[in-house]
Amino acid sequence: MTTKSEETEVTEREPRPAGLGVVGWLRWGWRTLTSMRTALILLFLFALGSVPGSIYPQRGVDPGRVAQYFENSPTEAEWLDRFWMFDVFTSPWFAAIYLLLFLSLAGCVFPRVVVHFKELRRKPPAAPRNLNRLPQSASFESDLTVEEAAARLRRDRFRVVTGPDWVGAEKGYLRETGNLLFHISLLALLFAVGAGALFGYRGNVLVVEGEGFANTVAAYDRFIPGQQVSAESLQPFSFTLKDFQATYVAAGEKRGQPLDYAATLSVQDTPSSRPRDVELKVNEPLDVDGTLTYLLGHGYAPTFKVTDGKGHTAYEGAVPCLANDQATYTSECVIKVPDAQPDQLGFLVRFLPTTVPNGDTWVSVFPGAANPTVQVFPFSGDLGLKSGQPQSVYQLDTDNLKPLGKMSTQPKPLNVGDTLELADGAGTIQFTGVKEWISLQTAYDPGRMPALIAAAAAVLGLVLSLTVQRRRVWVRVRGRQVTVGGLTRTEGGGASFTEEFAEIVTKLRGAAPSEPSERSQPEDRSEDDSVPDREPVSPSNRSAEE
Amino acid sequence: MPPAQVNEGLATLSDQLILVTVLLYLVAMIAYALELAFGRARTAAAPAKSRRLVSVGAAGSDSSASAEAEPDAPSTATPAAPAGWAVKAGAVAVVISWLGWACNLGGILTRGFAVDRWPWGNMYEFVVALCFAAVSAFLVLLTRQPIRFLGAFVTVAAALGLGFAVLFLHVQAGPVMPALNSYWIAIHVTAAVVAGGLFLVAGVCAVLYLVRNDGRVSVLPSKEQLDRIAHRAIVIAFPIWTFAVIAGALWADRAWGRYWGWDPKEVWSFITWIAYAAYLHARATAGWRGKAAMIVSLVAFACLLFNLVGVNIFFSGLHSYADVPK
Repeated sequence: MTTKSEETEVTEREPRPAGLGVVGWLRWGWRTLTSMRTALILLFLFALGSVPGSIYPQRGVDPGRVAQYFENSPTEAEWLDRFWMFDVFTSPWFAAIYLLLFLSLAGCVFPRVVVHFKELRRKPPAAPRNLNRLPQSASFESDLTVEEAAARLRRDRFRVVTGPDWVGAEKGYLRETGNLLFHISLLALLFAVGAGALFGYRGNVLVVEGEGFANTVAAYDRFIPGQQVSAESLQPFSFTLKDFQATYVAAGEKRGQPLDYAATLSVQDTPSSRPRDVELKVNEPLDVDGTLTYLLGHGYAPTFKVTDGKGHTAYEGAVPCLANDQATYTSECVIKVPDAQPDQLGFLVRFLPTTVPNGDTWVSVFPGAANPTVQVFPFSGDLGLKSGQPQSVYQLDTDNLKPLGKMSTQPKPLNVGDTLELADGAGTIQFTGVKEWISLQTAYDPGRMPALIAAAAAVLGLVLSLTVQRRRVWVRVRGRQVTVGGLTRTEGGGASFTEEFAEIVTKLRGAAPSEPSERSQPEDRSEDDSVPDREPVSPSNRSAEE
Repeated sequence: MPPAQVNEGLATLSDQLILVTVLLYLVAMIAYALELAFGRARTAAAPAKSRRLVSVGAAGSDSSASAEAEPDAPSTATPAAPAGWAVKAGAVAVVISWLGWACNLGGILTRGFAVDRWPWGNMYEFVVALCFAAVSAFLVLLTRQPIRFLGAFVTVAAALGLGFAVLFLHVQAGPVMPALNSYWIAIHVTAAVVAGGLFLVAGVCAVLYLVRNDGRVSVLPSKEQLDRIAHRAIVIAFPIWTFAVIAGALWADRAWGRYWGWDPKEVWSFITWIAYAAYLHARATAGWRGKAAMIVSLVAFACLLFNLVGVNIFFSGLHSYADVPK
């Protein structure tokens, strides 16, 4: 499998072995697998196989949307899941495609490395009998000797071999070198990605202003380790979120569009090191010895104090809310107070960062917290926490809860400091303040640098293999008669070689004192019409593409 | 923190310049078309001869950057008495294209200065830049090769693209999302735009290749020549596209905590890359050369267009800054 291949492309389909036994079949299978045709088909399958990964939500990217899909159309989702449509890039069939492709690639590239290595040490071939029949040729009279011609070509960094009356020269080996480098780099890239997946980990966590985080498995909300990651291998850093600032466009058509997010962290690289302040931004992650922490999202966390019917403080703290609407940051959250007496309490909360009345309702008009209020929907009863079923902290299971008081869709909003008396003497809830939260992703991937190096090498190899041309030049000297012939072994490379060949001829002419007689390109509309009484020449200009 | 101020005067000037660009491209397109219609026709000669012609055309084009402004580069064989004014129309078309190109550049620059950032932060700006890159690729290749016949098709594609952007994608100049506020936008998006422009030129060649009926008199150059131009454009664009994808991975590593995460945009840039790689392999494989390889390149081009435009509209993902007006 190669981008290019003047010589090797003819990997025609092998004749099917008849009764050759296991070895014969294996050999046939291997030849078929490593043929260009198979590689092409595998490339198409590779591309085609990725398509569903962009159509269906992927568990590795957005598990929430996968769950949503299951909820909306369970039967369809179940069938799709049978074909790994929600895990396309980790599915067995996808792995089969790329493993076969890379096997095919390896089976093609490594033999070519051997061939190329031999070729590097081989001398250029001897001059063919009739140089005038080559795609490029020219002849002229001069006192040029074989040695002078060889020296001239060597100076142009040709590899040169000489015979009694001829010089053979070749250059452009970098083309195949680049081609092989490119394909080997792709293999290296696959290994780097694989190593990163085995030895790296990712974790997500939500941190409210004033709270801290220590890099341990237990501290994460979601932790996705590679197979070779142990809990002890995590970098032991910790930090506290001191402050978070989001800036928005304040006026105009783009009002409310975010401009900048900045979080100030107080970071300890190890438990014994001194804390340092770090400003965390989008595109500017925190780096602790190769473990990177990224700012992914943010939101509001209003703080509440809940006093139950018996006068005890049953809850006090911040509640992270999820934004329903990015433009206004109208957010919703849930407070669960399992310790409330006599009945458990639950609250649905709507948070409005910049509240304005709109008739009988209230809405938020700006994502910044200019006039923050909350609308509280209280419930009492059984929160359902004892059943052992895992619950989302953002959802209230109202099966065994009853609304407290008269439920309205637009309860009067509370300002900071306001307290709501709950009906039936169930207690009070006080809106005590507004904090912000940020969501972070911590990632450790030891394959990052190797992958980058492999990718850079692939680009280098690609550029070499697409720009360098392999070309051969021969010079024959018979008395004063000098004939030069040349060809490029690169398909489609005829054009620029024509030019280079003309330069070489000019240089060879200049290498010995003599007057010119002929240029190589008869079609060139420049001045050099052949002078009839000079030595005849056979100019030709065939393309090397056969 | 980036400034939120928008220079309204410059932003308006930018919008006007883009409108002027559309008009100029359309005028250039008409002039190119006149030359094509009334200029000299070409026939595909016998196979042996045509091969010779191919390399001659190449030789003429590469040896000096001078002759290409002339329409009848040495490759056209059949004399068919072209109207003198038709040849002039071609020369005028090139001048108008350069004017349009300058207006397009002006439109991009003024928008950039108006908002004080790189002017490809949303879909409108991206499509404008892409059309600019396509015309640039054509005009630059034109100084090296006799490809004026492509002019009508490239300018009409650019005019349509710009018109589409102005009518359906236009958004008021403004600041970008914090995630786009990085020097990587200069590297990643620029590379994608440049590669996209070259791929567009190759795509036009591929369509003409499939339309061209060898053996008939045609104003279009021979199939070999179309194939060669398409191949050359892709050979230049493919490493740039590779670089764009890698730069994107580097940016993703800075911004999202992983260099590759199978986001829809990543999936489709990967598919596009594979498809163009398949084209390069197909062209070097016996039995696939010619028409089959050209069809592969068109499939790849379709993937590219879908990636640049379709993904922003149909899928939600991390690359959803396109700011497509509803």
